[in-house]
Amino acid sequence: MLQSSTIDVEKIRQDFPILQRRIKGGHKLIYLDNAATTQKPRAVIDSISNYYMNYNSNIHRAVHQLAEEATFAYEEVRQKVAKLVNARSAEEIIFTRNATESINLIARCWARQHLTQGDRVLITEIEHHSNIVPWQLVTGEVGASLDYLGVGDEGRIDIEEFAQKIHDPNLKLVSVSQMSNVLGTILPVKEMTNLAHEVNVPILIDAAQSVPHMKVDVQDLDCDFMAFSAHKMLGPTGVGILYAKREILEKMPPFIGGGDMIKEVHKQNTSFNDLPYKFEAGTPNIADVIGFGAAIDYLNDLGFENIREHEMQITEYALERMNEIQGITIYGPPIVNERGAVISFNLGDIHPHDLATILNDFGIAMRSGHHCAQVLMERLDVSATSRVSFYVYNSKDEVNILIDALQSARRLFGL
Amino acid sequence: MSEDIYREIILDHYRNPRNKGRISDADVSFHDSNPLCGDEIDIHLKVEDNIVKDIKFEGRGCAISQASASMLTEMVMNKPLTSVKELGKDDILENIGLVNLGPARIKCALLSLKVLKMSMVEYYASKDPESAQEIREGSRLY
Repeated sequence: MLQSSTIDVEKIRQDFPILQRRIKGGHKLIYLDNAATTQKPRAVIDSISNYYMNYNSNIHRAVHQLAEEATFAYEEVRQKVAKLVNARSAEEIIFTRNATESINLIARCWARQHLTQGDRVLITEIEHHSNIVPWQLVTGEVGASLDYLGVGDEGRIDIEEFAQKIHDPNLKLVSVSQMSNVLGTILPVKEMTNLAHEVNVPILIDAAQSVPHMKVDVQDLDCDFMAFSAHKMLGPTGVGILYAKREILEKMPPFIGGGDMIKEVHKQNTSFNDLPYKFEAGTPNIADVIGFGAAIDYLNDLGFENIREHEMQITEYALERMNEIQGITIYGPPIVNERGAVISFNLGDIHPHDLATILNDFGIAMRSGHHCAQVLMERLDVSATSRVSFYVYNSKDEVNILIDALQSARRLFGL
Repeated sequence: MSEDIYREIILDHYRNPRNKGRISDADVSFHDSNPLCGDEIDIHLKVEDNIVKDIKFEGRGCAISQASASMLTEMVMNKPLTSVKELGKDDILENIGLVNLGPARIKCALLSLKVLKMSMVEYYASKDPESAQEIREGSRLY
């Protein structure tokens, strides 16, 4: 067993029931699609069933014991999230359905208020569709425009170019990914935030790929908004997180109207609830928020520094082994400390979908396609790539099987 | 299992597609893509006396989608539109020899037939709206 020095992968794997299952042909599951979603440890699954079996109740309103327990558990997770990203207070943490909804909330409630005709929103070419389409919608509505910061072949941005681009009196918002879901490139979001703030432009950071893999501190970055999701960090689907600075949230109009977001409702008008409830209308995803709490505990126990170190080791090993394969093209930065544990590549003229089908025969779950980043695909001039992405339970042994599978694909296609 | 899919004939059609290109005086052209995979197919059709006088395709995507398109053009060349109209999912899968294709990849194999059907819908749109509607209904392959 090739061990990574920081965390005990074999021990971790025991905590994930799904990793014990077999894929067609009797193969062990080799799950390398973590940038899409991650697997769930037993602690997360158990915490959700425990809620349903023992204290299922609606939250915030009733005074019976179940409601008290459920409310406490739900709000405790908000505290955990606040601590995770070092928010000033839990009031700055809003639960949504996913990172996409978090970005849309800002587009609807902040950008719609602040953008007028001729204004601009600046994003980059590496963005996921979730950080493109909401801005297209809102800028289209008000007659504003969407501007792109170009990226180099490895997905890097030019900070000088960024510094120039933001000196634009019509620029009202910057929205960028901290880590590319395709290339793994880590963007210098702290520098970008500083530069944006010099010209009084707020910045949203799409942290869906970064928060699960490294220590992220919203006060250190000083970003105005941040979006990420639970399911990419061992948590359940259906829980997104929006962080926003309190003073901005206070001035924002509500997102969706309904129960829980109100203080008083009269026939013709309503006063809205305090933060963060103003932005959480209706019964929230109580069970899955509670499950997310267990995921945060699990990751904190491993330690984010150890997680990052493990991922850098496995990515470096994978890059080294993959580079040995003839005919492979690997995208993204070659240096591991500039990237996350995501590797996009193409192998000869084998289309990524065909490659994914072949790898599936080895039990390998790998992503193929445009990864919801068609703007980046156009920039790279490819229609699709194959993508492997690692997390805490992936081992170097699995990388070895990946390499064997890729060699087998080469033979099958006569490369 | 992959060995069954990526047989020589599929790889041959993928690397040496038949009838690939454009028809400058096509009667109808149609484009569609598979949003999940990004496979793309354009079909250009030349019709004379209700017979497929010429068919060409352009496209990019996986071996299954491109080989299937290439094999489809051979299958319908010089065939009457009435018989092309009747083609269904099973005919295509048999034609390419992949009857057991899983749900994730079946869309790749059927994209070209869908595009062909939609180009026929366009062809009939003004001439025979009833047939156009009938083919449109029949173009929902999966």
